[in-house]
Amino acid sequence: MGWLNNWTTPRSLRWRIWRHARKGNPLGYAAMTQRLDTILHGLEQADQHEALQRAIEALSAFYGVDHMVYHWVSSSGEQYGCGTYDDVWVERYLEKQYLRVDPVITGCYQRFHPVDWKRLDWSSKAARAFQKDAIEHGVGNQGFSIPIRGPNGQFALFSLSHNCTDDEWDAFTETNRRDLILVAHYFNKKALDLEPGRTPEPSQPLSPREIDAMTLLAVGYNRAQVAETLSISEHTLRVYIESARFKLGAMNTTHAVARALARGLIVV
Amino acid sequence: MIRYIYANDLKHEPQLRDSMFRDRADQFKARLGWEVNVDADGYERDEYDALNPLYVIWQKPCGSHGGSMRLLPTTGRTMVNDHFKDITGGVHIESPLIWECTRFCLSRDAAPGAAAALMLAGGEVMNGFGLRHYVGVFDARMVRIYRMIGAEPDVLGTTGKGRDAISVGLWEFTPESQAKVAERAGLSPSVSRDWFEAAFGAATPQAQHRAA
Repeated sequence: MGWLNNWTTPRSLRWRIWRHARKGNPLGYAAMTQRLDTILHGLEQADQHEALQRAIEALSAFYGVDHMVYHWVSSSGEQYGCGTYDDVWVERYLEKQYLRVDPVITGCYQRFHPVDWKRLDWSSKAARAFQKDAIEHGVGNQGFSIPIRGPNGQFALFSLSHNCTDDEWDAFTETNRRDLILVAHYFNKKALDLEPGRTPEPSQPLSPREIDAMTLLAVGYNRAQVAETLSISEHTLRVYIESARFKLGAMNTTHAVARALARGLIVV
Repeated sequence: MIRYIYANDLKHEPQLRDSMFRDRADQFKARLGWEVNVDADGYERDEYDALNPLYVIWQKPCGSHGGSMRLLPTTGRTMVNDHFKDITGGVHIESPLIWECTRFCLSRDAAPGAAAALMLAGGEVMNGFGLRHYVGVFDARMVRIYRMIGAEPDVLGTTGKGRDAISVGLWEFTPESQAKVAERAGLSPSVSRDWFEAAFGAATPQAQHRAA
């Protein structure tokens, strides 16, 4: 796992630059909880890394979790990150080279399934010591991580952590995991767009079929009517809508229709 | 038993790996006559095997491969988006909640419940990771088997004829179809769950901590 050893000083400085930006932000952490679609709109409009920091703080507040953290690594081993961890903990993580023992990293790298931290292997002495230290630094006893595979070997991890009982955490993740998986991917899309010197990936356009489906939904057809009109099964329609909502960066069908209208992709 | 193994971990399972890729050569090249590549080791491997997919494998008691399928998220490169967009109505299917299932394969001596066990495992993955759908590419004649085991896909379309017929279809799993598939597989849901947890970890109770 080459990149585990590549958390170099310039990267940690980069992390700090993102975090410092937040201190000058008048809409700081104490700001009221924003609506999720407002947060996602802000994320989509972001043209600087500072906006990612603001978005992750707002997302953390929206979901009511102690922490949210995003970090990524490019194929050349470069790493970036932002999140709500205390600076002291970030420094300590780097200094102690916890990347080498953190079961979240070893459990997620090169994979693509979301992981509840309590299913990871914390049995080694080093992992247990790391966990104790993390908890003492306010990371929380519970966590959930979503690995993301980007283009050209890019790998990113979107994590939430919190202090609560197992039952509370299970209920939270069961309710929110699909939304969080989508949010994690939207976050990564934006982080990729902001990579210095990189031309943003052209987002996959909606196909005529998807545009037809979204248009019929926008004019008030229900799913059965849309499926019948397009001569496809409702199951197929659900897959097309799921796919369209992801391309539109939306959380649900209503949100997806609104975004398609706002972007002029559909006209009713 | 069912194993869930990412490609980069197959090196720890040489017998399972060798027999899986050779059974795939036997099924897709020898029996179905698909235009697939078989390498010097007798493996049928393609470019998607190089993307570190997750393999769901029915392992026989002797340790060899009895059946398998290959999973990849549709947020990355997939066979259906690269080659079968004419069947999907031109739609590029893309969502972290939709995974692609390809290379569904059974060895010649697969146990009667192997196909159902693999579909049951597909349901475990779906429930365990919050997926909504699978999109699959499969031998058109498999539809009859899928129907028999209670996991019939919604077929979007088929290309080719006879032996060469390849279909694209969609799956979602209702609790009812899960129960039917478990029955066909001759497996209790708890055994299936145990195999999933053997691969992805069982939940260890966490002590709650008060902030210092």
